Amino acid sequence: MLNFVARRIAFAVLLVVVVSSASLRLARLAPGDVTAQLGPFASATEIAGTRARFDLDRSPLGQWGVWLSRAVRFEFGDSFLYNRPVRGLVVSAAGNTAVLAVAALVAATVVGIPLGVISGSRRGLLAGAIRGVSLVFLSIPPLLTSLFLVFLAAVTRWFPAGGMTSVNASSLDWPAWLLDVATHLPLPALALALPIAATFERLQAQSMSETLRQPFALAAVARGLSPRDVILRHAWRVSVRPICGIYGLAIGALLSGSFVVEFVTAWPGLGRLMYEALRARDVYLVAGCAAMGGLFLAAGSVIGDLLLAAADPRVRKAA
Amino acid sequence: MKKAGFGLLIFVTLAALGAPWLAPNAPDRSFPDRLYAPPGGYAYEQRLVNRLERQFEDDVSQPVSLQWFTDGRLVTVPEADGGPLLLLGADAFGRDTFSRLLYGARASLALALVATVIALLLGALIGGAAGFAGGLVDEVLSRFTDFVLVLPAIYVALALRAVMPLVLPPATVFALLTLIFALVGWPIVARGMRAIIASEREREYVAAGLALGATRWRLLSRHLLPAATGYLAVQATLLLPAFILAEATLSYVGLGFPDSVPTWGTMLQDAANMSLVAEAPWMLAPAAAIFLVVLGVNLVVQRDPDVHTSLF
Repeated sequence: MLNFVARRIAFAVLLVVVVSSASLRLARLAPGDVTAQLGPFASATEIAGTRARFDLDRSPLGQWGVWLSRAVRFEFGDSFLYNRPVRGLVVSAAGNTAVLAVAALVAATVVGIPLGVISGSRRGLLAGAIRGVSLVFLSIPPLLTSLFLVFLAAVTRWFPAGGMTSVNASSLDWPAWLLDVATHLPLPALALALPIAATFERLQAQSMSETLRQPFALAAVARGLSPRDVILRHAWRVSVRPICGIYGLAIGALLSGSFVVEFVTAWPGLGRLMYEALRARDVYLVAGCAAMGGLFLAAGSVIGDLLLAAADPRVRKAA
Repeated sequence: MKKAGFGLLIFVTLAALGAPWLAPNAPDRSFPDRLYAPPGGYAYEQRLVNRLERQFEDDVSQPVSLQWFTDGRLVTVPEADGGPLLLLGADAFGRDTFSRLLYGARASLALALVATVIALLLGALIGGAAGFAGGLVDEVLSRFTDFVLVLPAIYVALALRAVMPLVLPPATVFALLTLIFALVGWPIVARGMRAIIASEREREYVAAGLALGATRWRLLSRHLLPAATGYLAVQATLLLPAFILAEATLSYVGLGFPDSVPTWGTMLQDAANMSLVAEAPWMLAPAAAIFLVVLGVNLVVQRDPDVHTSLF
């Protein structure tokens, strides 16, 4: 077990270091640098000063060394775009993305898994309807769901069509602020959750119908257990294993999906920040966002493994 | 279900191929009096009532006659005879959404198709080599593909695109995006490919082939690769919609094609202004087109349900 944990931590560190270093190098390779943001009338000394402040006057390797030596102390340099330390920017953006991702994951689980249990264990109209609906939502990726939901919100005004808070949010006290965020959250969370819920439903349904064909399910029925008990108490525990394996991968899908959703719904998360940083050649902000993204991915794969271990005793023993 | 899926895909492909003939108007032709015009022009001439409020009405005193098979187009209405014919309305520049949708299908599908083919070739080659060679080559390649697979593909594509010059000519963008998508896509193919080749290599017929004096290259190309064709076909159906979507996403955020090139992504970017789109929902037509393609692919790869063996 200790060995397993050590390996996971080593993998996480490697992932974060490689991803952030690579994106730092990539951002440095890009034509033009942050000094383009100074405008056409900047003097040579101003440009030189800015380049020195962001270590752009060093060689890429030298800059990487300086950045890395600061990064181990959790100092990630300054962002040119916001004229603030990268750390605070990335942490708050990552928090926003995490809120969105967790809300979407919970919604997808709560909707997808029970529907999958139903459609995987029954025949008839209801199962067919669930299957059809999830097939449709499987074909609407987050880009389209978010566009459509924002369109719907703009027409019906049921939900705020974008952003995380209202314009006057800074003047609200915290319960009102929380309520404000809560009214802005459903739209992007739903946009992100629908395709994932459909994926969960399909997987759970397939897994459930395969499990019910195993001899132990037949034996349970033969011993006189009600279908309800067979499905909920015995078959579901077995059939949920492949879904637990998917959770680790779902984090990647959530991160990918949250990029477009954040963009379409103006949610101030990590994806938007990364995009702005990339366009402005804000090297340290790019690297900071990438490091945080890597951390998310590593955390996702660890959570996926833990879930798998919780659901499957064989994995627990092997680890 | 499978048939419906194939039908959808064939329908979209035909629409893309026949774009110059099916489109009533040139895709880049701007009609100054039709900014955000609703679908119309097929029965009566549309008339601009109020430019500021984007109000249009049908001029019932001016019925238009559709002109079939003229000018090398299926159906069109010249401006002199009460045109243009706007089947799906017009965009912010008064350009015909329907015609742009057809031409956009060409760019979006062609890009996705070329990128898919390159990604499959690269993945099959590298994965096949790793599975066949084994040893250190296999170890290095497998670790590398595992690592790439963890990364969210859209961020990799975004980062690679964003570090290139932001404004490029359309042909360069096409080549660049193809390359980026192929680079992001091949590890997915390579991993499964490696597994298939590595297990096929242990089979008796390979030993028999070697005993008969077949070269390694002949074994790989004539005997092992055919074993993986089914797998490659499935991968193609996964990559194609992903690439269509990736183009749409990149163009939507302004890192894909320039606005002058109609693709589904650039058209969606035009629809990004939601307060306007609420009044001009036809601007979301490319979203519907993307949905149809992805649905078609999903229907094709869908496993048919085997509920008849279910207990309850």
